[in-house]
Amino acid sequence: MTDAASPQANVREFRLANGLALVAIPDHRAPVVTHMVWYRNGAADDPPGKSGIAHFLEHLMFKGTKAHPQGEFSARVTELGGQENAFTSNDYTAYFQRVAKQHLPEMMAFEADRMTGLQLTDEIVAPERDVVLEERRMHCDADPGAQLSEAVQAALFTHHPYGTPIIGWTHEIETLGRDDALAYYRRFYTPENAIVVVAGDVEPEEALKLAELNYGKIEPRGARIERHRTREPSPVARRLVAVEDEKVEQPSWQRCYLAPSARTAAPGESEAIELLAHLLGGGQTSLLYRALVLDEKIAVAAGAYYMGSAIDDTRFLLYVVPAPGVGLDALGASVDRVIAKFLAEGVNADALRRAKTRLVADAIYAQDSQATLARWYGAALAIGESVEEVLGWPARIDAVPAEAIVAAAKRWLEPRRGVTGYLLHAEAAA
Amino acid sequence: MNKAIVEPLAHGAVPLRVVETPSGLAYWLVEDYSVPVVALEFAAPGGAAQDPPGKAGAVEILAGLLDEGAGPYDSRAFHEALDDYAIELGFHTERDVLGGRLRCLTRHLDRAQDLFALALNAPRLDDEPIVRVREQLSAKLRHELKDPSAMAGRAWRTRVFPGHPYGLATDGSLESVAAVTRADLLDLARRLLARAGLHIAVVGAISEASASALVDQAFASLPKANGCLPVPPAEFQGLGGVEAVDLDVPQTTIRFGRPGISRDDPDYLAAHVVLQVLGGVGLTSRLFREVREKRGLAYSVWADLRALDHASFVYGATTTKNERANESLAVIQSEIRDVADGGLKSEEIEKGKTFLIGSYPLRFDTSTKIAHQLVQIQNEGHGPDWLVERNRLIGQVTLDDAKRAAKRLFGDGSLSVAMVGRPSGKRGTDSGARPAP
Repeated sequence: MTDAASPQANVREFRLANGLALVAIPDHRAPVVTHMVWYRNGAADDPPGKSGIAHFLEHLMFKGTKAHPQGEFSARVTELGGQENAFTSNDYTAYFQRVAKQHLPEMMAFEADRMTGLQLTDEIVAPERDVVLEERRMHCDADPGAQLSEAVQAALFTHHPYGTPIIGWTHEIETLGRDDALAYYRRFYTPENAIVVVAGDVEPEEALKLAELNYGKIEPRGARIERHRTREPSPVARRLVAVEDEKVEQPSWQRCYLAPSARTAAPGESEAIELLAHLLGGGQTSLLYRALVLDEKIAVAAGAYYMGSAIDDTRFLLYVVPAPGVGLDALGASVDRVIAKFLAEGVNADALRRAKTRLVADAIYAQDSQATLARWYGAALAIGESVEEVLGWPARIDAVPAEAIVAAAKRWLEPRRGVTGYLLHAEAAA
Repeated sequence: MNKAIVEPLAHGAVPLRVVETPSGLAYWLVEDYSVPVVALEFAAPGGAAQDPPGKAGAVEILAGLLDEGAGPYDSRAFHEALDDYAIELGFHTERDVLGGRLRCLTRHLDRAQDLFALALNAPRLDDEPIVRVREQLSAKLRHELKDPSAMAGRAWRTRVFPGHPYGLATDGSLESVAAVTRADLLDLARRLLARAGLHIAVVGAISEASASALVDQAFASLPKANGCLPVPPAEFQGLGGVEAVDLDVPQTTIRFGRPGISRDDPDYLAAHVVLQVLGGVGLTSRLFREVREKRGLAYSVWADLRALDHASFVYGATTTKNERANESLAVIQSEIRDVADGGLKSEEIEKGKTFLIGSYPLRFDTSTKIAHQLVQIQNEGHGPDWLVERNRLIGQVTLDDAKRAAKRLFGDGSLSVAMVGRPSGKRGTDSGARPAP
């Protein structure tokens, strides 16, 4: 139920003549706008052998164009008191600014300019490659937990590019250069491949006018690239992956299953899996938390997470932090017992009611944040969903019958579909 | 009796009123009906600085327990009651305050109000959740034992504020957390959850009458006086040296700092402008330019000014691969010395000011953020006029003000540094740093 003045009630969608999509989400409570450009390409579209190029290009997009040399855009955002950043995911890359509303036209001008005007030299590319290598060192190489996550994803996706880290493998990042970046840029950074999201203190008609003025003059490039990734074959073997390191003082357990996404699932199925994740591990009233943390007292934390917003088959993750002295084999056995019990006994009616209340409430809470709404819509459209589908999500969640959740668990939480990951302490080498 | 003061921001307005409830509690209210959500935040004086000696982490444990059972509801029942209506309730501790946040859909306000009031007035502190929360904190502490970021922060703090609560982590250590008893927690709850010094903000689709009822039900029956023990000023130590911690990782994590300028000092806002120029948010600070952009030495580098109740200090961080870590530190030291020696330019000061002014509205674009800002403003000792005053005063900072503040902040440029990793390589000009082992 949305209030007439609420942001979701007034979302509007447009398409420019050159194929660019625009979503306007008005929210007049603060004189601020969130301006985002999403490109329908992500790490999973990196060419083989060039892992990390989507992410590297994201960095290089801040290095200047013909019209606006390196640093000018960022300097201007800072000058205006704005915030900017960008992120690369498996399926999309997005750039955004948050500024006082009167600066929206200027942000659009800059963003439209760098969609086609990027200029790169080796002098610019080389230090930035070093920065990316430092980023990888900082977030991954020094962190056994991150190393385990990478290993789990690589084992889960034996053939599909979701198994390659977004930042890339070190030895491939080292070989990325100017030509790789420009080739990728020309392929994917086109108006047909872009979605502009404007959320905040601007009327949709005004957002459209500004978009036409700034993005409308970009030449259409032709049909949007069809993205084809290698398909992950149906899994047949349950896998165990372990990282042992002397820096690990707190062991942990995780399991990742291959599950259908919002795009590959049957109608209603991804909503059922969403509810399944919440029932199993969505907080302190969840099944895993109650069984492992409260009842058996073999864990200090337990949770679940479903990455439903993906183009291809995706991850369904369970994680548990053991209590001191508890072995990870025992932890895994307990998790399996919880799942088996769920399959046998079905969904508790109160728990289902709570789960639906929570997920539907999330959609209402999201309306309180223009930035959250902008991300929600941007990600949905970038993977091929529609505004109507986003608006209809709470109703679809509400409509999921209990049996569908049990059926989803039975079908997708099969051991053979999963990779179990152990993070263990190792004694230092003598 | 209600006092109504409307204070607009420079562009658009945060329609803010200061309200006094029937029981005499003051809170700040923003009433807006576009989204059917209510957010409340509060801060009570005390915080982690009130940890009993040898029991660092006690207040953090207390914060973790306040939503683990209250009144007739044990932990499980309390969480079910919250989840029944997607009510979000949480408590947190900072160095100087113990705070909490409530968020609910307007249609479930009655239920949220009851549960919130129970949590504050009748926390159960049952044995089972105490063991569980302590163990969760211990798991985090175990992880932090070899986490370079956590290790660097601790090493820096221990060096800089030895013997003072600020020298300890707010989540304590494995030893100190193990020593916390239920009696400690009951005592802290009694002393810290009181009416005196409370700062409260309510934002969202709620009327003044309802908001006052919410505030009164939660806070009116608490003890009048709080039982905070006095905390001495924290004296900054360790300038001119490096606390080196060996860890076998490919990168060195660095923390650096110096004594700062306190909140009520006339140069405080000028000091903020200086820190914005040196190492502030955004991709254009001096440190960002020199360390990341020009030399590719780091992904992240920043510095800011931290003003606590009993200390104020410059604090900064970066992470660089071992072979170039000393070079990173040298570049940072060089920029600081330039700023200290009058190197600030008019243009960069004006840009720093414009950023601080222009970015302010961005802190107010969700109900929870507004509530948080309003409590922060109260914590810093300002009134509602700060929403306009802050930007006005920043606008008045001159280049001379900035240079003076920079001299006071950075003096001879010496820093207190912590480095975790295996730094090596050329250092450049030496600040008297001890070589890493």
